[in-house]
Amino acid sequence: MKKILQAFLISLLPMSWSVAQTPTGSVLIKNAHVLTVTNGDLEGTDVLVENGIIRRIGKNLSAPASVEVIEANGMYLMPGIIDAHSHVALDAVNEATAPITSEVKMADVVNPYDIGLYRALAGGVTISHAMHGSANAIGGQNITLKHRYGSGNPEDLFMKEAPRTIKFALGENPTRVHGRGNGIQPRTRMGVDAVIRNGFNEAIQYKKAWEAYNNALKVRGATPVPPKYDERLETLADILDGKIIIHCHSYRADEIYGLINTCREFGITNIVFSHVNEGFKVAPELAEYTMGASVFADWWAYKFEVYYSTAYNAAILTRNNVITSINSDSGELIRHLYHEAGKAQRYGELNDQETLALITINPAKQLGIADKVGSIEVGKQADLVLFNEHPLSIYAIPQMTFVDGVKYFDINADDNDMRLRVSASEVVEPIFLKEHEHRCMHGVDFFFTNFGRSLFNHSH
Amino acid sequence: MQFPNIENMKKILSFILSLVLLPFLGFAQYDGEFVKPKNGRFLLQNATIVTVTNGTIQNGSILLANGKIQALGQQVDAGDAEVIDCTGLFIYPGLIDGGSRLGLVEVGSLAETQDYAEIGQVTPNMEALVAVNPNSVAIPVTRVSGVTTTLTMPSGGLFPGTAALINLNGYTPDQMYAGFKGVVMNFPSSARRSTWDRRSDDDIKKEFEKAQETLNEIWEKATTYHRLKTAGAALEYYPEMEHLSKVVAGELPLLVEVNAATDILKAIEWIASKEVKAILTGVAEGWRVAEQIAAAKLPVVTGPMLSIPTRQSDRYDAAYTNPGKMAKAGVKVAIRANDAENTRNLPFNAGFAAAYGMGKEEALKAVTIYPAEIFGVADRLGSLEVGKDATLLVSTGDPFETRTQIRHVFIDGYRVPMSNRHIKLYQEFLERSPGLEKN
Repeated sequence: MKKILQAFLISLLPMSWSVAQTPTGSVLIKNAHVLTVTNGDLEGTDVLVENGIIRRIGKNLSAPASVEVIEANGMYLMPGIIDAHSHVALDAVNEATAPITSEVKMADVVNPYDIGLYRALAGGVTISHAMHGSANAIGGQNITLKHRYGSGNPEDLFMKEAPRTIKFALGENPTRVHGRGNGIQPRTRMGVDAVIRNGFNEAIQYKKAWEAYNNALKVRGATPVPPKYDERLETLADILDGKIIIHCHSYRADEIYGLINTCREFGITNIVFSHVNEGFKVAPELAEYTMGASVFADWWAYKFEVYYSTAYNAAILTRNNVITSINSDSGELIRHLYHEAGKAQRYGELNDQETLALITINPAKQLGIADKVGSIEVGKQADLVLFNEHPLSIYAIPQMTFVDGVKYFDINADDNDMRLRVSASEVVEPIFLKEHEHRCMHGVDFFFTNFGRSLFNHSH
Repeated sequence: MQFPNIENMKKILSFILSLVLLPFLGFAQYDGEFVKPKNGRFLLQNATIVTVTNGTIQNGSILLANGKIQALGQQVDAGDAEVIDCTGLFIYPGLIDGGSRLGLVEVGSLAETQDYAEIGQVTPNMEALVAVNPNSVAIPVTRVSGVTTTLTMPSGGLFPGTAALINLNGYTPDQMYAGFKGVVMNFPSSARRSTWDRRSDDDIKKEFEKAQETLNEIWEKATTYHRLKTAGAALEYYPEMEHLSKVVAGELPLLVEVNAATDILKAIEWIASKEVKAILTGVAEGWRVAEQIAAAKLPVVTGPMLSIPTRQSDRYDAAYTNPGKMAKAGVKVAIRANDAENTRNLPFNAGFAAAYGMGKEEALKAVTIYPAEIFGVADRLGSLEVGKDATLLVSTGDPFETRTQIRHVFIDGYRVPMSNRHIKLYQEFLERSPGLEKN
């Protein structure tokens, strides 16, 4: 028996080995204008990467002969851009069958062949937070991806160091899908709050039942009956225990404030609000009680709950000391987050450092990975992007993008067709006039009145 | 003792009164003051003037009067005009967006506020200008970005209606009207509407052929109607054909929305065979057939640049480079944001076009003089020249750069307030009172 077990374990070894090892690279980038984000800008500086980690930052660095040297000639090097809200590389987005679906995992539906990953890399994005949609008050568990485009194994894209996160959603989407669509709670913002509270309270009961069972086991000779295992409530209990970061789709100040209060009541501090169009109205509360807000640069008026928005949201939040990031929620926007961040200079005159933080160190904080990525610092993972001009200039074009020191995008080596896989049944390649994938309401669009026929609709 | 005369008494009294009233007057600034668009004579002094058509003037001034640019140059006499110091600032012509839905929709998802798509395939007589809401919250949000003018377009069926060029200031559609209308035609499309259009290749082909047939039938009807009308025949009331006959007669141009490469070629052929005055719009795959568009001498309004490539096999930057490639082939290209509430992103679309091959100068023309020429209003808009409309922006730098601030906007001689709901919310909430604690 022991031998069989041993043989089984040994047979597992190469598998776990291959899973654990994603490619890392070494590279010396010379003479760059380094935008560290956390330690200011360094002109004419070299960055040495060894085996995927930033080893040295300084002048006149040298590397072993085997290491590729890139002459940056004063081009701008910044940390890889991080998108805290994305649906790229997902085969499904919404499990819209119940107001709470915390047992669902986006890790199960990662599609490593999505061309959207390459397009994101070409826009300097190295990490995206692949999220469940916004149909449910408590949705599925998200997965943080590193854009290691080229592997056919979904797990190669997982950022294994990243903590678990889960999607929550407030307002029009869950009330439309469940209340108006299916005739069940929630149909109102009162109902959304109740659904979440009920979930937390059930999880507390569930935890107590297991505690009672485990305590009973300690009594000699006792044969207690274990409670029924429930993945949904296990996950909610993990939220209450602070093991999972909530990323909550939200728009209006009242619903944001309401969930802040609910979380405080249940002792939850790991919460980030996403979209948060009216976050600026409760900026002091967001600063005091949450891990911040991840916003759109300028989207508004596409539905009623975003009618009273302002493009100055990111600036107001930043000035109120809210950890603020700018996300895409879109396979289109993810390609130019540096430009989206730049809008915080038009609308609120943030300085360069504050603005770059919106797409680097701040989203890293919100995903719980700020000790690994999000800035150019010795010891951090070498996710880097090189721009021909300052990345906040409208004329900036990403030149190269590195993940773990491996170059995944090089504008000079970019082929026209970067697909990894082509459908065998495809005779004529389809032409699409508009991208409608990669969004919050993907899969439940029939709840909208417009049926996506127009070229103008956003439905987030 | 000298007794104060009555005049002095009055002065003293009004002084005391003003002291008493001062706190109230101060309060009035917070409660109720409204800045209105202001008409008058203005001298914009000592700026870098980017005329677009006649180079750049350093330390120049522009005199605005009676809604027009009255003088422009390094030596301009202010006369009685209000002087606005523009030292260190730049003046550009107002930016013209080549296609939007601005004013035709207030909240995207709410049917009650959607006034851009009428029922039916053939409704060319639906006038966008009639439905433009001059008080749309999105209008002041747009114009403070320096986008002063947009072609607002109906959408939907084969002939969804008539688009109108509007200036973003005024209280009635007529005050906003900027002098151009065109009939929108959605050319039969062999492309998928979006990535969740699941029709089979066969179905798409069949629908395309049927639409092409329908189009030709309708056009035949329109030309027949026009022929009978010009021959003086008594015709039954037929508003759709009445409207299309104006296109047949060349009084109104066709705005032909077409995007896929093969469709563009078919559209070019169709336009030539019908001898109709046309402007191509959309043209997402224009770069694939740029030579043919140039040879057909058809102007193009394209955008947004900030969109994904139409095919998965395309280079990631296909949409960014599209306008530049068409321009290089000799096509006259204007840019549109193709948006409603975020038409303010027009300059950023132009910036991307500039960076990805079009060049800054051509991209600037693509949002100023080219759309003005394409829409036949270049005598009034699109550049800074004496005699043209006083429609311009004053900025701290290149208006395509996000870090640039737009300081002043003038539309049709009116100095528009640099405020809107987005800015008011910023003013209210930057430092909220009360903050976290009430006391």
